[in-house]
Amino acid sequence: MSAAIVADRLGKRYGTQRALHDCTLEVPAGSVTALVGPNGAGKTTLLHLIVGLTEPTDGSISVLGASPRAQPTRVLPRIGFVAQDHPLERRFRVGEMLTLGRKLNPRWDDALALEWLHARGIALERRVGELSGGQQAQVALALAIAKRPEVLILDEPAAALDPLARREFLQALMEAVVERELTVLMSSHLLADLERVCDRLVVLASGGVQLNGPLDEIVASHRLLVGPPGDDAAVARVHQVVQTRHTSRQTTLLVRANGHVYDAHWQIEDVALEEIVLAYLQHPEQEVVA
Amino acid sequence: MIEFRLDPRSGVPTYLQLVHQVKQALRLGMLQTGDQLPTVKEVVAALAINPNTVLKAYRELDLEGLVEGRRGQGTFVAARDAAAPPDRSALTAGLVRWIRQAQNAGCDQDDIAALFAAATHQTFGRRAA
Repeated sequence: MSAAIVADRLGKRYGTQRALHDCTLEVPAGSVTALVGPNGAGKTTLLHLIVGLTEPTDGSISVLGASPRAQPTRVLPRIGFVAQDHPLERRFRVGEMLTLGRKLNPRWDDALALEWLHARGIALERRVGELSGGQQAQVALALAIAKRPEVLILDEPAAALDPLARREFLQALMEAVVERELTVLMSSHLLADLERVCDRLVVLASGGVQLNGPLDEIVASHRLLVGPPGDDAAVARVHQVVQTRHTSRQTTLLVRANGHVYDAHWQIEDVALEEIVLAYLQHPEQEVVA
Repeated sequence: MIEFRLDPRSGVPTYLQLVHQVKQALRLGMLQTGDQLPTVKEVVAALAINPNTVLKAYRELDLEGLVEGRRGQGTFVAARDAAAPPDRSALTAGLVRWIRQAQNAGCDQDDIAALFAAATHQTFGRRAA
């Protein structure tokens, strides 16, 4: 699979402030990739670099084979972006937002936008400021989809929505993925949602990319081992130990297993995605790229 | 037509949950040769999951010869050879002998269940169907 997005040692500083550091990753074309990390790790900065809102100070970023800043006409019409809090012009009517989209975007598909909003019962006469949070998110998504993008970037798209609106938003997003060949990169803290809709996961911490690979493989390859204290050296020779916790009576290891773990000394348990992500975020020295 | 459901807390990957549900429906006769599975679009719309996940599940079932994709039409339950079912009574008798043996060694029912689960896990690896 070819890469839709390639970041190579990408970094961004504001003066002495490091907003993103040493970020190397590839997002395969056609994937739906989750971007996860603590606040301040640089998720939004990375997304802004991808959509050309800001310029790298280190390394390089390439989207669909071109640089968003140096070759904007080759990249920007092909990217859709749903920014955090979906900043829409609140006094505009929904129909006026569509007019704006039509005038600004050469590949605009008006019929698609109208059908999308109609299917979700959002009237064109409504003012954006009067819509519910869920409806505003749907309008922001409709505006991004109607550009007919090849790459869709979403920054915390559903964070402020209630569970029902969130589900409806993700349904709409997945519908867009089925119907067009879309590469999606989406940041969020909502791991349960991400596990549902994404097929790849990138964990970004202040030190760079901690984990990048297919979500199923990541979940399937990690194990929790519980056993007698101080018995972990042998495990570390075969498997990669992500996290170690000791008490006087037992040692608990979270490992990325190298094949099956057969060891009578240890009680072996499956680990949920959330535990895995937390372990990497607490131990940012681990770096694995699947 | 069957309807898929998801248990987000099960820890079982989504595509495997779909695979298991199809297999279970086949075992119980809810799905029969020639029946159509929901289209990818239908599953995505119903569950809000990644279409690649549905494709992965259907590919897995296809590889196992349980379903077949027909271009432009969808995915259908494949015809199966009527293979002889395993001789359950002999297997059960062997298992009962083993359980008695474990009982004589001092294991109670929970111990035996834990032993069985651990051995199954070791044989099939994680998340055996």
